[in-house]
Amino acid sequence: MPSSQIFLSLYKVFGVEENMNSTSTHFVPPRRVGIYEPVHQFGMWGESFKSNIGNGNMNTPSHIIIPANNQKLDNNLSEETSHGTAGTPHMFDQEASTSRNPDKIQRRLAQNREAARKSRLRKKAYVQQLETSRLKLIQLEQELDRARQQGFYVGNGIETNSLGFSETMNPGIAAFEMEYGHWVEEQNRQICELRTVLHGHINDVELCLLVETAMKHYFELFKMKSTAAKADVFFVMSGMWKTSAERFFLWIGGFRPSDLLKVLLPHFDILTDQQILDVCNLRQSCQQAEDALSQGMEKLQHTLADCVAGGQLGGGSYIPQVNSAIDRLEALVSFVNQADHLRHETLQQMYRILTTRQAARGLLALGEYFQRLRALSSSWATRHREPT
Amino acid sequence: MDKVMRMSSERGVVIFSKSSCCLSYAVQVLFQDLGVNPKIHEIDKDPECREIEKALMRLGCSKPVPAVFIGGKLVGSTNEVMSMHLSSSLVPLVKPYLC
Repeated sequence: MPSSQIFLSLYKVFGVEENMNSTSTHFVPPRRVGIYEPVHQFGMWGESFKSNIGNGNMNTPSHIIIPANNQKLDNNLSEETSHGTAGTPHMFDQEASTSRNPDKIQRRLAQNREAARKSRLRKKAYVQQLETSRLKLIQLEQELDRARQQGFYVGNGIETNSLGFSETMNPGIAAFEMEYGHWVEEQNRQICELRTVLHGHINDVELCLLVETAMKHYFELFKMKSTAAKADVFFVMSGMWKTSAERFFLWIGGFRPSDLLKVLLPHFDILTDQQILDVCNLRQSCQQAEDALSQGMEKLQHTLADCVAGGQLGGGSYIPQVNSAIDRLEALVSFVNQADHLRHETLQQMYRILTTRQAARGLLALGEYFQRLRALSSSWATRHREPT
Repeated sequence: MDKVMRMSSERGVVIFSKSSCCLSYAVQVLFQDLGVNPKIHEIDKDPECREIEKALMRLGCSKPVPAVFIGGKLVGSTNEVMSMHLSSSLVPLVKPYLC
């Protein structure tokens, strides 16, 4: 059933239809306070949900799906189980003789009221979180529908909309999107590892291995993109496989090599004179190469536009123009490959110039930079859509 | 082949290109940025275009254009030029041919 339906059934479980502002004057049966447990669990679950959004890891919808805990929630509310649960104080000691001690009654009633109040607050917080998640889910589903209709390649595991685009899904692109999801997960794992290792003690040989693994991971992405570009170069150029903030900085299907240097360089405080010289040369040559490719791209755009606009516009027949444009588009694949080659070389040169430890710190900084951009994308998307 | 060898020695920096090739244009821009005035041969405008292409491929180019010669020797295509530039080995090579 659609994920948003799952939320509705959860609402019923929590009796959201009931009056939320139930007064505290009536005695709350002890068993109802079992609500402590699932809310505690949700508290932890809610944290993991937030952190996954923070990583921009929206590719795995399983993080948004309600865990099997809802079974437990049902049990807690309906079953007549005796709780020896941790954290449940002895205030539900049924053996206190109520008939003999009015003070005890009063105290117990007050404690029960307090417990009920806290329980209602927790329930309210939980429901609010559910509401937010439900809205996010609806928005995501809408975005997916929109993307499908616009002909974007929507990921695996999601059934194709029968009203969706008429083109067949490009398997090369679908494969790339899946691989990219895995790539990001592995990237996040490597960043964590680098962070841990740099704060502790690690010998140079092991650190070198970590650095080389991280470098190879980036090179792996360039290979994936090359394959994807052959399948659909427009897709790679559009950066649709990246988050929105990353797309803002897009340059020929990826990050600007000069940006990479800008991000990394402030993090190296102690550089030898030779290193400073090498870095200066690298910055300059990188910028020059980038500018040259940018101008080449501009020329390609102009020639393509001329091609498409050629002949008579308004005549109704444009097959020759489209065909000659298709020939030109092959050049776009070369440009994407060339841009990635530039990124590859820039990383390679930085690795050559820096010491192992500096390279490790650099890779950590770079990785975290991209993580922050992804987090910015999700924060922005949420903020942008919050109901007023 | 002789024609190619002749053409490639006409100037310090020679680029074999095609008028439609934008990547060749990018390489040209790079050399100009470095202060070099390369000789551009647009082989698609040459009647012997096919032979020139074959000759360039035989010299080891994976694609005929762009093909860059410095001092009469084949340096390579865009990849090689970019790699050399980033590793600071291109500038010394073109130094004798600066304008």
